Amino acid sequence: MQLFPCPFCGPRDETEFHYGGDAGNARPDGGDVPIDRWANYLYLRSNPKGAAREIWVHMNCGEFFVMERDTLTHEVLSSTALGEEHTA
Amino acid sequence: MTASRLATGGSAIDRSRPIRFSFDGTSVDGFVGDTIASALLANDVAVVGRSFKYHRPRGIWGAGVEEPNALIDIGGPRATPNARATTEPAREGLVAKSVNATPNALADRNAFLDRFSRFIPAAFYYKTFMWPDWHMFEPRIRAMAGLGKVDTDWTSPGTSDQVNHHCDVLVVGAGPAGLAAAKLAADADLSVTLVDDQRKPGGSLGHRAGDIDGGPAAEWVEATIAGLAGGGHLILPSTTAFGIYDHNLVGLNQRQFDGRPDTLWRVRPRRIVLAAGAIERPLPFANNDLPGIMSADAALAYLRRHAVLVGKRVVIATNNDSAYEVAEAIAEAGADVALVDIRRDGMPVAPAKVRQFKGRTLASAAGRLRVEGVTLDDGTRLDADCVLVSGGWTPTIHLFGQARGKLAWSEARAAFLPGNPVDGIAVAGAAAGAVSLSEVFASAEKAAASLGQTKAAIPRSTGPEATAGIVAAWPMPGSKGRIWIDYQNDVTVKDVELAARENFVSVEHLKRYTTLGMATDQGKTSNLPGLALMAGITGRTVPEVGTTTYRPPFTPVPLASFAGARVGELMAPVRRLPLETVHRAGGAVFQEYGGWLRPAHYGGRNADAVRAIQDEAFRARQSVALFDGSTLGKIEVIGPKAAEFVDFLYYNTMSALRPGRCRYGFMLSENGVVFDDGVLVRLDEHRFVVSCSSSHVAAVHARLEEWRQDRFGRGAVYIHNATSEMATLTVSGPNARTLLETVGFGLSLADAALPHMAIGHGSYAGDEVRIARVSFTGDRSYEISIRADRAEPLWAHLRQAGQAFDAVLIGLEALMILRAEKGFIVIGKDTDGTTLPHDLGSDGPRTKRQTEYVGRRSLFTEEASRPDRMQLVGLTVPQGEAALATGAHGVERRGGKLHSIGFVTSSYESPALGQPIALGLIERGAARHGETIEIQHLGKHRTATIAAPCAYDPAGDRLNA
Repeated sequence: MQLFPCPFCGPRDETEFHYGGDAGNARPDGGDVPIDRWANYLYLRSNPKGAAREIWVHMNCGEFFVMERDTLTHEVLSSTALGEEHTA
Repeated sequence: MTASRLATGGSAIDRSRPIRFSFDGTSVDGFVGDTIASALLANDVAVVGRSFKYHRPRGIWGAGVEEPNALIDIGGPRATPNARATTEPAREGLVAKSVNATPNALADRNAFLDRFSRFIPAAFYYKTFMWPDWHMFEPRIRAMAGLGKVDTDWTSPGTSDQVNHHCDVLVVGAGPAGLAAAKLAADADLSVTLVDDQRKPGGSLGHRAGDIDGGPAAEWVEATIAGLAGGGHLILPSTTAFGIYDHNLVGLNQRQFDGRPDTLWRVRPRRIVLAAGAIERPLPFANNDLPGIMSADAALAYLRRHAVLVGKRVVIATNNDSAYEVAEAIAEAGADVALVDIRRDGMPVAPAKVRQFKGRTLASAAGRLRVEGVTLDDGTRLDADCVLVSGGWTPTIHLFGQARGKLAWSEARAAFLPGNPVDGIAVAGAAAGAVSLSEVFASAEKAAASLGQTKAAIPRSTGPEATAGIVAAWPMPGSKGRIWIDYQNDVTVKDVELAARENFVSVEHLKRYTTLGMATDQGKTSNLPGLALMAGITGRTVPEVGTTTYRPPFTPVPLASFAGARVGELMAPVRRLPLETVHRAGGAVFQEYGGWLRPAHYGGRNADAVRAIQDEAFRARQSVALFDGSTLGKIEVIGPKAAEFVDFLYYNTMSALRPGRCRYGFMLSENGVVFDDGVLVRLDEHRFVVSCSSSHVAAVHARLEEWRQDRFGRGAVYIHNATSEMATLTVSGPNARTLLETVGFGLSLADAALPHMAIGHGSYAGDEVRIARVSFTGDRSYEISIRADRAEPLWAHLRQAGQAFDAVLIGLEALMILRAEKGFIVIGKDTDGTTLPHDLGSDGPRTKRQTEYVGRRSLFTEEASRPDRMQLVGLTVPQGEAALATGAHGVERRGGKLHSIGFVTSSYESPALGQPIALGLIERGAARHGETIEIQHLGKHRTATIAAPCAYDPAGDRLNA
């Protein structure tokens, strides 16, 4: 059982978290986005062996955050709250 | 009489407390402190079970967790299959039975199988019974093989406790290394948890000689334990650390001996010291599986702990020094002892009264139901009623392996030792290859130092020091006779050779082809000899062959331990209505719908239920119906960007909604599929209520939070799930308004003031109520939301006032009929994982909306634009025919073959229309109204005619009637 560090609650058991997808998978807006671009956003995942940047949500507090971890060693490298970059 | 209980001695047993239990129907006497194995030995029971495949008679091999042979089924209220007799305490009245033996271990009627053994090598069954189908033969073959039987009368002894625990240092093993490491950690002011699978601490010190700090080892053990306990550290005896999981979570299985089930511990230590000791290996010789052939160290343990002398004429075979202490003790206890040592020189001096054979090995053992003698490699024959073997020691590094520790081969120890260090884990004692007590304590100090604990002095060994002196004695290819590698799975040298011939040379393939190392003992005695043999066959070194992957659990753990309290209703708790008890008193029959326990109908059970539901649905249209709609989602969206937010989340434009008004709409997934439908209420400029489907509340809430945090920002919108704070009571029907006016809510219910799809604010008995005029029945309807804890008087008032109107209570089943009559869909029932909004007839936003929303781009793909998409339709059947089956397929014949064109999603008898109604998803359905199609269900064919989804009051007049 892995321990994930929620930026708001501290280290908690992995069963309290849900995976939220690759970090940085920016959503292309618009009804005329090229279909390949949209398919990439919807379905294509890099599934790296090693370091990965991922979105996770801590179900207990409901907060999403970015976690960097190693998919091979299961070492957690960092965990940061989502920024307010979209709020402007 | 050969094995016997001595008149004196036995550190573990209490001779003042005799007990009696039964084994295979025979009475067995013992003492408190005996294991089942030690009591069976004391009663000279040699055959304790039959082997997995050949039904060979088998006796007790070991004295601990490694036991491959002595598996027993324990009967009675706490029946346990495949318990190890060597670790199971003997207790008064216990009923034990041998495994894989009929009627008992001594006279097993399937013993004939062994005579055909040369015809049934590894993989025989799979290769032979291929035609026509393995599954035809499997049941009978399985019945003949296998180990213990599950007791089908088993009842749960209660909930298994689960304990979460944190400490600075977890020490696994309370032998000399573990005790020393625990003491060092405790002296460094760290909190220590010490676990050991034995009932008494001390490990090998319980039966091996040694002096520590100038006194007997037993005194040091006692003083160390007392010191730890006095310091407030946790000591868990009878507890096995069975697994290390990610981030060093350690699972412990604690036995309870008071009738309770085992306890599961989940420990999060900062540091772990593994001091789990080592396990003695067998030696390879023909018929080395006969009862009476056992581990030399186990014989010493039975002698010193249980005062059991395992034989009168004992042959001891060894390749290392550890058997010499055994030979000396067994001879001193009165047995005639012959010691056969593979080494020609460099071994210790033979103890007094022990005949020593240097440079000799055992070639074979003889005997039928127990060993009667051995033949040495030079042809010498020795009579024996017991043969003790020591093939060297395999460090118990399972947990280190589970933690992804790499192993390093040690030629000097003829074993794998811990290799590269693993963060936070140190290995000490025999598990790290230490032999003498001095080495053990040095390794404990090193382990403590690697974990940053260096303060205290380590114990000193002041007595005799053990030596290793091992010379490898692996099974050799081409050996004569049947030499067992894995007792539990009946794997012999020939089976491993066969695997190699058929190119299953990888150790993982070897395991799966021959079953070497599988089953309850997981090859604790057999893995290393097996892979060493494979190395010999293929001309590789042992480390080149390598080991199989170590996986939890180290020893079997009851499944009930992992379940803990998560059984029955607690496995998936249902959500309950605030008025559940009121509804029950009113005769409601409850069912679970999407996680909610809700009234299905009121009155009428079993066969009468259908009539009761029809009656509710019929009467609902006559006057007025009362319905508990509290499960409807009530998720508030608040903030400066709330309007922009709901616009993005909904397929329909919602920002144009005026405060005080409601609108029905879809939420889509990013792949365009309809995810949920429901009514959005705009309370004021910056405040909305998302009224989503009952079963989707949690999922919709999570989706709103995700978009809020990922796209809009925490400061722009705030989401509050108020679903369980409010009860929602629905009043529907032509007399709904009149009924509500008799109750009075302090607001005008006139259609001009509160039209369809509007909300009003009133009060009831001093509490605010919100009345939403939305309808899922097609009739004039009012949804009244009030504080959940104040809903009961209002419900009683509505019922009481309703009597004058012949009001009817309706459950969810009647509501399903009412909504289907109107063609109102239920997401997930009338839609599937491919349904897009325009398949449901909602094409407006898709063609007209210019602003962004979830799923937008997916509505314009090639797939989304196909002309032959399945679309929502109504289906009618010919006059007088019964309702269609839900799930029945619409079919067409194309090129002589039947082809599905969709399916029935909802189907009911409509009491209002006096005929069946149905909804379905049918290819090109929207353009085919009036067309008759073929319907197939369970091989039967009939017809139905496509119609508009709405079968009742298509003009919608009843909304305002």
